[in-house]
Amino acid sequence: MEYTILILILPLLTFLALGLLGTRLKPGVAGCIGSLSLAICALLAYMTAWEYFSMPRVEGVRVPVIPFNFEWLRFTQYLHIDLGILLDPISVMMLVVITTVSLMVHVYSLGYMHGERGFQRYYAFLSLFSFSMLGLVVATNIFQMYIFWELVGVSSYLLIGFYYTKPEAVAASKKAFIVTRFADLGFLIGILLLSFYTKTFSFELLTSGDTSLFAGAAGTTFMGCSVMSWAMALIFMGGAGKSAMFPLHIWLPDAMEGPTPVSALIHAATMVVAGVYLVARLFPVYYFEAPEVLVLIAVVGAVTSLYAAIVACVQTDIKRVLAFSTISQIGFMMVALGVSGMEGHEGLGYMASMFHLFTHAMFKALLFLGAGAIIHAVHSNEMSHMGGLRKYLPVTHITFLVACLAISGIPPFSGFFSKDEILAATFMFSPVLGVVMSFIAALTAFYMFRLYYNIFWGKESEHEHTPHEAPKAMTLPLIFLAVVTLFAGFIPFGKFVSSNGMEYIIHLDWSVAITSIIVAVVSIAIATWFYKNTNPIPDRLASTFSGLHRAAYKRFYMDELYLFITKRIIFNYISRPIAWFDRHVIDGAMNGLAAMSQWASYSIRGLQSGQIQQYAYVILLGSLLILVLVLLTM
Amino acid sequence: MGYANFLLMKEEISLVAVIVILLIYDIFGTPKSLKYFQPIACILMGIHTLVHLYPAAEVSAFGGMYHSTPMGSLMKTILNIGTLLVFMQASNWLANERTLIRRGEFYMITLATLLGMYFMISAGNFLMFFIGLETASIPMATLAAFDKYKQKSAEAGAKYILSAVFASGLSLYGISLIYGTTGTLYFEDIPAGITGSPIQLMAFVFFFVGLGFKLSLVPFHQWTPDVYEGAPTSVTAYLSVISKGSAAFVLMAILYKVFTPLVNEWQAILYWVIIASITLANLFALRQQNLKRFFAYSSISQAGYIMLGVISGTAMGMTGLVYYVLVYMLSNLAAFGVIAIVEHRSGKITIDDYNGLYTTNPRLSFVMMIALFSLAGIPPFAGFFSKFFIFAAAAQQGFYVLVFIALLNTILSLYYYLRVIKAMFINKSEEPIAKFSSDNYTRISLVACSAGILLLGILSTVYENIGTFSFGL
Repeated sequence: MEYTILILILPLLTFLALGLLGTRLKPGVAGCIGSLSLAICALLAYMTAWEYFSMPRVEGVRVPVIPFNFEWLRFTQYLHIDLGILLDPISVMMLVVITTVSLMVHVYSLGYMHGERGFQRYYAFLSLFSFSMLGLVVATNIFQMYIFWELVGVSSYLLIGFYYTKPEAVAASKKAFIVTRFADLGFLIGILLLSFYTKTFSFELLTSGDTSLFAGAAGTTFMGCSVMSWAMALIFMGGAGKSAMFPLHIWLPDAMEGPTPVSALIHAATMVVAGVYLVARLFPVYYFEAPEVLVLIAVVGAVTSLYAAIVACVQTDIKRVLAFSTISQIGFMMVALGVSGMEGHEGLGYMASMFHLFTHAMFKALLFLGAGAIIHAVHSNEMSHMGGLRKYLPVTHITFLVACLAISGIPPFSGFFSKDEILAATFMFSPVLGVVMSFIAALTAFYMFRLYYNIFWGKESEHEHTPHEAPKAMTLPLIFLAVVTLFAGFIPFGKFVSSNGMEYIIHLDWSVAITSIIVAVVSIAIATWFYKNTNPIPDRLASTFSGLHRAAYKRFYMDELYLFITKRIIFNYISRPIAWFDRHVIDGAMNGLAAMSQWASYSIRGLQSGQIQQYAYVILLGSLLILVLVLLTM
Repeated sequence: MGYANFLLMKEEISLVAVIVILLIYDIFGTPKSLKYFQPIACILMGIHTLVHLYPAAEVSAFGGMYHSTPMGSLMKTILNIGTLLVFMQASNWLANERTLIRRGEFYMITLATLLGMYFMISAGNFLMFFIGLETASIPMATLAAFDKYKQKSAEAGAKYILSAVFASGLSLYGISLIYGTTGTLYFEDIPAGITGSPIQLMAFVFFFVGLGFKLSLVPFHQWTPDVYEGAPTSVTAYLSVISKGSAAFVLMAILYKVFTPLVNEWQAILYWVIIASITLANLFALRQQNLKRFFAYSSISQAGYIMLGVISGTAMGMTGLVYYVLVYMLSNLAAFGVIAIVEHRSGKITIDDYNGLYTTNPRLSFVMMIALFSLAGIPPFAGFFSKFFIFAAAAQQGFYVLVFIALLNTILSLYYYLRVIKAMFINKSEEPIAKFSSDNYTRISLVACSAGILLLGILSTVYENIGTFSFGL
């Protein structure tokens, strides 16, 4: 499977070509090059998946394959940074997800971004992102992952700020970068701690279950927790930043300032699940070395999920609703990982999390691309400017409905299967958590159908011109993703991906499944009652619980809290004194040094006289001086 | 011993062949056919480089007078590449009417000095070394004075030959003292005879002057700015990289091989010479206006950095040194390539003349910027890695204070390198140097240098490959 290296090289070359040639290419040509190269990547990824999954199991376990490895930097005998490709069930699955969604977004953007300024730049960045994301998932070691992790962050920054003339977009891109960078600081410290004690970066070694690796860390504690717990919690902090877990979620809603296809690719399907992927990648380490961190992950996931679901119920910008729904769904995946065990039936959570990651990527990309088509038609993100669009946008309407049903967990759509597995896993772990997660699932169904009815039903608002269906380049990806969403649930996912590499037989837990279906149907019914036709109840409810409504609308004042902490406390009491010290003491010393050098330079200029006799003297005297010094110090 | 011994000196023989072919062509070629002199010289040099690209195995001939190591062979390859780049950059200057008629001489004299450096590198005996040193330096004076009708060029030639003779004289005196106290001139036999007596220390110090002069280390550096300024720009480029690179390598080889018993003494000497070279040269460089003088001081301080690889006395230091020379050569040649073409097209040579160069010649400005960043040691350019390796080698041997001083000086050097970049990119000018297009030779050489600067640092294999030869010294 040596050709897998091409999956990385192609997007990189495309990025370089589009980035360097830039405006010399016609926009259409640039778009086609980008899409074509991604199409080849997708084909290669499918081939890789086919070949990998048809390989025989060794003692019932799917073994990882490393078709390419290159030692890049060697620090010590054990510690070295490699660049390579690691194929195992989850990385192969991610290859398929990323290339598929990315290809859809590439094709979709041909229509959506048509006529935009910087079209070539857009495709160059998309290629850069695809390269970084693919490099992240196939990383053979945690340091390589970190490198690509940062590259993904950069490309996300570049794409959020694509409309760099818009102040909101610039602010959003900076916010995303700074918040995730802050989280990555934890990630880096975690990596350093982990590698310091285990003397390796390699995922293969770390997850091999070899407990002797961690022997060095045994007994070392810090503030009551073992050092491994600290390391793994810090690594999770990096993942929480990228995956927008509470309280590091604040960047994701703002990131919606980027072009909508970018939101679909980066902020719904691929990059934001990197944190989930990271936890899944290191799952054995979490499970064996830091089980208390897994509980933390579950709690963070549940809190995030609940918080985001509540906020999503009252947002009016359709992309924000989808953003919060993404946060909430990633919370589901985190919870599933947090409650998962390792062997046999215990490993349900792990499998469910990966399954949900897969199905969610497809239907959430579909929702975002659908939202793009709607925005394309009405030139607004606000729900109040929509309504009654089902007549004008039939394809978008149907595909959007499919995605809404999927995310709400209605069979036979894919979301039902994966979400049901997650609920079953949480019930197995703790009934309380199961009830909470079911409640969130109900909220999910409610806010998604609130969105759906507000867009496609209800009172038609006044349009400047009649909305029209999007071009083929945009509707084809919608249809493709809708078909995937329809059938992905029937994939016997446990055959491919499981916590210990053994085959996991999925069987529906009917008691959980039926409850969740009933809950979803009831929620949808309420949403239908509230929003299908104009109905005064929602407004009345909003004014009755005006405090709660306002707080939820303002996202529970999380952004304000951040601003207060940074601007009022950190800037005033920490940054200002440091800035003063820097400006007066450090700069002063440097300026002094500079002035001294200038003065010295000025005062020695006479030494260079231009007379050759003097040069000879200096050579002779210099050598004699050296000789005398050597003789004296002997 | 027989004539078969000559055949062992493959690299030297091949270079002599190139010189002879060019000589015959220059003498007997009709004016019309001489039009192709430049491309043919470059092609021949290119073939010579390619044939010997991969380092040859260890060879000893003439009873040990000639001793070639794989590392030395690698060094010769680096010098070959540098010479080829200088040839390419020289074409523009040589094509003017004053020098056109003497064009062949330039190539032959340059190659003659290169031959001298070959012998210096492969010497196994002090006499052989001295002959190589002189073969490399006497023709160099004629190169410096190549534009003999220009007063500055003639002055440069005179200053070079006088200083060189003086330094060589001291060096030869030192060698004679070595012979007097040890009774041999063979590198292999000398260490056994070295006792560290004062007279041997004196011998060592005087010997050191000869190579210190070539490297333009303080206090043997004062000829450098005058000669660099006066000599034709391509010759300055050649002086600053090829001549210096070979001297650095030879000094290291002799210190490691011959003066091993005096290791404490020569480390102490180098310690102070390095500090003086880097610091003084940097202080002088701060105030220079003429770019060639500016680069003269820059090259003095770079020589100090190169010595950091020598002082460590380890295989890592040696690898670092060869790598440093390679990177320094590419960076400096890129800078001199730009200076040469700008000087040729506009006659301008001071830093202020470069104001606003970016607006008219953006590509040249970029090459210059990359070169200066690399010289200053800014990542991700190769210069950062070369400095890093050399600092690491010195720090490994416990020279922390020295490395710290060198680091401080790097900051200082950043100031004056950035001055040039600021002039090109930020300063505005009423009349910037007019837009012009370079000839293809210059273009190729600049592209090659830039590619080297950009790639050498990232491709860790280059450094590792050099490392595999370092034990063959």
